[in-house]
Amino acid sequence: MSSSKRSTIIVEHLRKQQMWDAISKGKRLDGRNLNETRSIEIEQDIIKKANGSAKVKLGNSEVVAGVKVETGEPFEGLENKGALILSAEVLPTASPYSEPGPPDEETIELARVVDRGIRESYMIDLDKLVLVPGKIVYTIFVDCSVINTDGNLFDATSYAVVSALVSSKLPVFEIQDGKVVDTGNKQDPPITTIPISITAVRIGDVVILDPTAEEEACMDARITITTNSNGHYTALQKGSTGAFTVEQIKKAADIARIKGEEIRNKLKELPKTG
Amino acid sequence: MNQTKNLIDENGRRTDGRNPDELRQIKITVGVVKNADGSAFIEFGRNKIIAAVYGPREVHPKHMALPDRCILRCRYHMSPFSTDTRKNPAPSRREVEISKVMRESLEPALILEDYPRAAIDLFVEVLQADGGSRCAGITAASIALADAGINMRDIVSACAAGKIDNKIVLDINDTEDKEGGADMPVAYMPHLEQVTLLQLDGILTPEQFNECLDKAIGGCNMVYEIQRQALMQKYFGNETELKEEQ
Repeated sequence: MSSSKRSTIIVEHLRKQQMWDAISKGKRLDGRNLNETRSIEIEQDIIKKANGSAKVKLGNSEVVAGVKVETGEPFEGLENKGALILSAEVLPTASPYSEPGPPDEETIELARVVDRGIRESYMIDLDKLVLVPGKIVYTIFVDCSVINTDGNLFDATSYAVVSALVSSKLPVFEIQDGKVVDTGNKQDPPITTIPISITAVRIGDVVILDPTAEEEACMDARITITTNSNGHYTALQKGSTGAFTVEQIKKAADIARIKGEEIRNKLKELPKTG
Repeated sequence: MNQTKNLIDENGRRTDGRNPDELRQIKITVGVVKNADGSAFIEFGRNKIIAAVYGPREVHPKHMALPDRCILRCRYHMSPFSTDTRKNPAPSRREVEISKVMRESLEPALILEDYPRAAIDLFVEVLQADGGSRCAGITAASIALADAGINMRDIVSACAAGKIDNKIVLDINDTEDKEGGADMPVAYMPHLEQVTLLQLDGILTPEQFNECLDKAIGGCNMVYEIQRQALMQKYFGNETELKEEQ
């Protein structure tokens, strides 16, 4: 059952006051401006056993994503589409507050919001990943492990998934004598667009981008906005127990489009691997 | 997604005969669960959803209690018979997420500081699902919370808007959700003018995004009127009709 008790870091009152003072002057405790995101470091193709992989550091938040490709049955109702399955786990290494065990609701929300960003933008053209219509399709697993948390896991995980998928090489499967055979050849994944998520949080009346864990502990409300390469909106998720005004949402949506394009260009400049 | 069939016909009518700006039939009955402190039953199109509230009451397990405010616990659950193919009764990841966003959409309206060390338990059971069940659930839940006499800042009203046949329409139904281009559920506090739930799947241009958000909020305001009527009906009965006529 969903409950309002959460285990997050505790920020001292003095520190909170400092944060509010800084934010009201348009600055943040780590020296960033309100609409400034942290530096993004991306390493692609770090796991050779995976079909694609990436490690993303967004400030001190660190996520590894790996792509594994198999064949399997299509999902019910989506008989002529490949299957895309995305999971996320916050490892016990990630913070003093994370424990091993089944995913809690925040981790489930994380995986579902990242999945929505990738799926609803049709980043991967799943229509092209069918072997026998209705019977055998490519199944793409993207599994994410959060190694260290310092806020904004939504964006860090999303960038890791996108980078891993872009770097991936899918095996070429064929049907021979009614059986699935791996031909040993590789193919590029059918990528149609690059979805980029931008998370903003409201602290008091101020909306800031890319919050740290400390800022998340003081936030009133959160919103994650995903845009595709055309600058169209493909997924949204409001989170946390506060609310936004309509103007705040529309402004955040505009900023997400502009910032999303900046980060998309950064991803495109990555050296081609594989 | 490539749309296979037309969801709006040549007369501008949708699959269920509605106009683009029309809500489905909504009926809210307050106080349907005898044992609960507050409850509501909503029929939102073909959605049939019961929301029941217990509390504020003592917290079990005790370590969950907060010294300065009440905790809100929320369970959104779909009955196995509520969907076309039987739904496994165990809570799915989707239900866990909806329970979370539902709680977060209602918390801003509740004055939880008024009940320290207590818990409010909210149970939302979907008996029949027809697309937009989270919005219908939130709408019913906020009425159940009001019926339980819990101190609130505002009522939460919820409604979705979406895109079908490249056109922005109000209150997406099951077919339109599955075959249409976008679905944006919104929950809104009409007096405080604050958005407490906002999700989107599907693709919208920046212009469509603004149109969709405005349309959904317009829908929330219509839902609010129905919620208000339902509460008045329970607490003032037919007197209200007389008063309004005067």
